[in-house]
Amino acid sequence: MKPPAPDPTPPRGAAPAPPDDAATGLPGLRTWRAVYLFVLGSFVLWVGLLTLLTRWFS
Amino acid sequence: MNALDYAILVGAMLGIAGFALWRTRGRRELRTYLRGSGNTRWLTIGLSVMATQASAITFLSTPGQGYESGLGFVQNYFGAPLALIVIAVVFLPIYRRLNVYTAYEYLGRRFDSKTRLVGAALFLVQRGLGAGITIYAPAIVLSTVMGWRLDLTIICSGLVVLAYTVAGGSDAVSLTQKYQIGVIFAGMVTAFFVLLARLPPGLTLTDALTVAGGFHKLEAVDFSLDAGRRYTFWSGMLGGMFLALSYFGTDQSQVQRYLTGASLRESRLGLMFNAVCKIPMQFFILLLGALIFVFYQFEQPPVFFNQTVWRTQVAGADGARLRTIEADFAAARAAERVQLDAWMHARHAGDPAAAASARAATLAAHQRAEAVRTQAQAALSAARPGTTASDADYVFVTFILDHLPHGVIGLLIAVFFAAALSSKSAELNALGSTTTVDFYRHLIRREATDAHYVAASRWFTALWGLVAIAFALFANLVENLIQAVNILGSVFYGVVLGLFLVAFFLRRVGGTAVFWAALAAQALVFILYFSLNISYLWYNFIGCAACMLFAGALQVAFTVTGRSAAPPAAP
Repeated sequence: MKPPAPDPTPPRGAAPAPPDDAATGLPGLRTWRAVYLFVLGSFVLWVGLLTLLTRWFS
Repeated sequence: MNALDYAILVGAMLGIAGFALWRTRGRRELRTYLRGSGNTRWLTIGLSVMATQASAITFLSTPGQGYESGLGFVQNYFGAPLALIVIAVVFLPIYRRLNVYTAYEYLGRRFDSKTRLVGAALFLVQRGLGAGITIYAPAIVLSTVMGWRLDLTIICSGLVVLAYTVAGGSDAVSLTQKYQIGVIFAGMVTAFFVLLARLPPGLTLTDALTVAGGFHKLEAVDFSLDAGRRYTFWSGMLGGMFLALSYFGTDQSQVQRYLTGASLRESRLGLMFNAVCKIPMQFFILLLGALIFVFYQFEQPPVFFNQTVWRTQVAGADGARLRTIEADFAAARAAERVQLDAWMHARHAGDPAAAASARAATLAAHQRAEAVRTQAQAALSAARPGTTASDADYVFVTFILDHLPHGVIGLLIAVFFAAALSSKSAELNALGSTTTVDFYRHLIRREATDAHYVAASRWFTALWGLVAIAFALFANLVENLIQAVNILGSVFYGVVLGLFLVAFFLRRVGGTAVFWAALAAQALVFILYFSLNISYLWYNFIGCAACMLFAGALQVAFTVTGRSAAPPAAP
């Protein structure tokens, strides 16, 4: 006997699924705000590392 | 170069072009031809955006910049991450929501037809001339060093890129860029590790960095507020962000790359990929140059890196004088090497005082050698008027040809061509798209089949390609043309960015106000250009600020006098 097809409608009261573009699809960075913060964080990290390089070898 | 090098070079370039021609054959729909098949993922977009920006000159000149001036140039890219976030948040969703083919279509929907045409025309002028330089600049360096004919180098590389860009459109550009950037990464990483292996035995990477730092080549960040300094953290943040905003946000050659994304998400992630990778990539290329500098402290470098020009003059009437300078340089470098060995010896012996003293002596000896090099450049310029005194563009390619093994040489020359073709194809694709969508379809043939517009787009792309090749051939005859085109770009770029910033942020300003503001701002930039003596980079800012100020003021004047200006039609 075939199993019943899954019901595509979310249960009453559940939050609606975000549109495709609202989800980043990245593990650990689920919102765009987190992605932008990650980008800014990596920028700050690079500036910090480059500053240290400048100090160490000058 | 031997047969192996040529096999790698020709195989990589023609293989990628042929594969793209085969994979993208038979494009018949305008949407597919201009924006791709709509399934491009974020990594492809990210690599495509990166490949469009990184031209051959990036890989030829940037190591030379690291060799001469150190890592400070990396600060120019400090504004890019913030600019890319602004584009991902503000620009991109609007472009995608309006489903536009070109950025200037948005100006038409937000303002009116005449404003759209102004934006598109400014882009065509600056990018059309810039496209010639994209072919010419690497061709002049490579033909000089390799002994190839300049005209054939320009024509062959121009026709290869023209073939696959015309045939396959946007998909062919993205596809080839993905493999071309692969060749670029492979070549640069290989060069880096071969360079490390060629450093003298016993010299560790820390020693090499110490030597580079001792010569002030590792001063990457400068927080000085001195406006006279060329590269600082602050000028990089402000100027760099401004430039990145105008280039990535309003230049169709970039906008078209990220509009190929399968979704807003893919396009955004492609931009964020660049926001994360841009600074490390530029740092890595500059570090390569700084390490080549270290390498040449232990190896005798040529007195002038453009060896073809130097040897020609040595064989001429001023040969005796140039040979004397060459001998002086060799003696000065030998003296410097003695001091450098003493420095490394003291360092390895763990004697900081002796190391500091030897380092000071090495720097003094280096100054004497550099004085001879300056003398050589002056003598060369006097012997051959018009010869550029800077040989920085020739440092990396000279190192490749003189010190890397065969096979790797072919791979590295392929890197330069891959970079040239990847940026060139995106430019041609954008020029063809803008001419078709913003002029031909908008003004001449409003109702036609997709096949007709695809054919028109192919013809316009081919036409721009031929213009670029002709321009590159002509450029050989004109002095200071590269600088002239850079100035031309800066003179127009600011006003284009101003149009877009008014569209995004000054919601009450209508088409008529911004149209006249753009013309007035452009006129102001022209007047200032001919009456002031300031760096041409400032015109980017002046044009943008003037366009925004004039647009706001004119809109207020129109409102007060009761003259209607077309209300905004789209956000």
